[in-house]
Amino acid sequence: MADWVEACAVDDVEEEDVIRFDHGGRTFAIYRSPDDEFFATDGFCTHEKAHLADGLVMDDIIECPKHNGRFNYKTGQAKGAPVCVNLATYPVKVEAGKVMIQIA
Amino acid sequence: MAGTVKRDYSLVGESTRIAIETGLASAEWYHTDVPRKAIKELMQRSDGPAIRDTIIWMVAILGSAAGAIYFWGTWWCLPFFFVYGVLYGSSSDSRWHECGHGTAFRTRWMSDVVYQIASFMLMRNPVTWRWSHARHHTDTIIVGRDAEIAVMRPPDLLRAALAFTGILDFRYSLPALVRQAFGKLTPDEKSYVPEMEQHKAVIAARWHIAIYIATVALAVFMRSWIPVVLIGVPRLYGTWHMVLTGLLQHIGLADNVVDHRLNTRTVYMNPISRFIYWNMNYHVEHHMFPMVPYHALPKLHELIKHDLPEPNPSMWHAYREVWPVLFRQLKYEDYFLKRELPLTARPYRGEFHEVNMSAAAE
Repeated sequence: MADWVEACAVDDVEEEDVIRFDHGGRTFAIYRSPDDEFFATDGFCTHEKAHLADGLVMDDIIECPKHNGRFNYKTGQAKGAPVCVNLATYPVKVEAGKVMIQIA
Repeated sequence: MAGTVKRDYSLVGESTRIAIETGLASAEWYHTDVPRKAIKELMQRSDGPAIRDTIIWMVAILGSAAGAIYFWGTWWCLPFFFVYGVLYGSSSDSRWHECGHGTAFRTRWMSDVVYQIASFMLMRNPVTWRWSHARHHTDTIIVGRDAEIAVMRPPDLLRAALAFTGILDFRYSLPALVRQAFGKLTPDEKSYVPEMEQHKAVIAARWHIAIYIATVALAVFMRSWIPVVLIGVPRLYGTWHMVLTGLLQHIGLADNVVDHRLNTRTVYMNPISRFIYWNMNYHVEHHMFPMVPYHALPKLHELIKHDLPEPNPSMWHAYREVWPVLFRQLKYEDYFLKRELPLTARPYRGEFHEVNMSAAAE
């Protein structure tokens, strides 16, 4: 059974931005889209070990800070070289001003 | 690294094994602390500056080509070829670079179009070079890992001098494209291009070769040298500015370290060179924060210069600094230039690298 975990407060993430969330020895990235929705993915780029939370959010794209690899953070889809492997995504819900993610 | 160890620059050799075993490969690099708000602002993409610069670039290329054709057969064509050559053979490098990073434009397809055009001008396979440059950023000047080390140790000065003519690059790049067009990638190329991407490298090489064949066919048909002097050959006579600026990025500085302040150089340059080079003279800044577009690098420089070595005030100054280091490296290849940090900077940290500091000139 996957657990819902409190990742952050809604206000911790600016619009069209991302923050890092560490839990259980793993790292996640929590996104707030320009239309004020929240999403979660693995925290590291699938190309090399770089924190996506240091990257740039543009519309529905997260760009890795190390090699500028791009993913759609809503679907996890890799958008081309140098990233070839999709990013794992996690269900997200907002409850009482808190962003919760479901971690398997 | 006690004593002089012979460097093995292949990407599948002894230095590669050592780099992986010692943790130099894919390591954690030093970064100057910059507040998220500030760096986020600097990372923002915009089409405006790159569209403006690309229009100027294209107009200058087409204008100089038109002048060269118009004055063909007279001495007056030479200044036009001079300009055309630099735009074709040198400024294409910075366009290739910025569009490869995807930072020049906000709109992705614009970056991709300019990237493909610039790759062709440079005789670079757009696929293999994209991956080699990713490796260059992961493992900057890590021997056995970085595929883009311009001057290896001990330095081959004749080779470095010939680089200004483009002859060596031409001699390597064209046969490499032909080889790749026949479906053959070297072990080094296979080490940094993922298997699933390798077929794309072959297709790209075939397109490039097809265009060169068409160019030669046109020249034969027209019974004129003009097509080849405008397509392909500028890689020879116009490459000098790319080498002049690009060599300074890392030459004479430390290798096998994980702090860009030790292995990368920022040089102040004149506005024309900065246009041709798209501000890559702010090279420490670029390596520390590759997400920042070329047009925002001067602002980034102002923000973090307190933590970086003093930039060289000119290319001339930088080359004067480099020459003695290269000559010393001929006899003692561990020798390098360790650049002084300002008092406001965080000091170089021993745990970040294993370089033999006793080999450093300060």
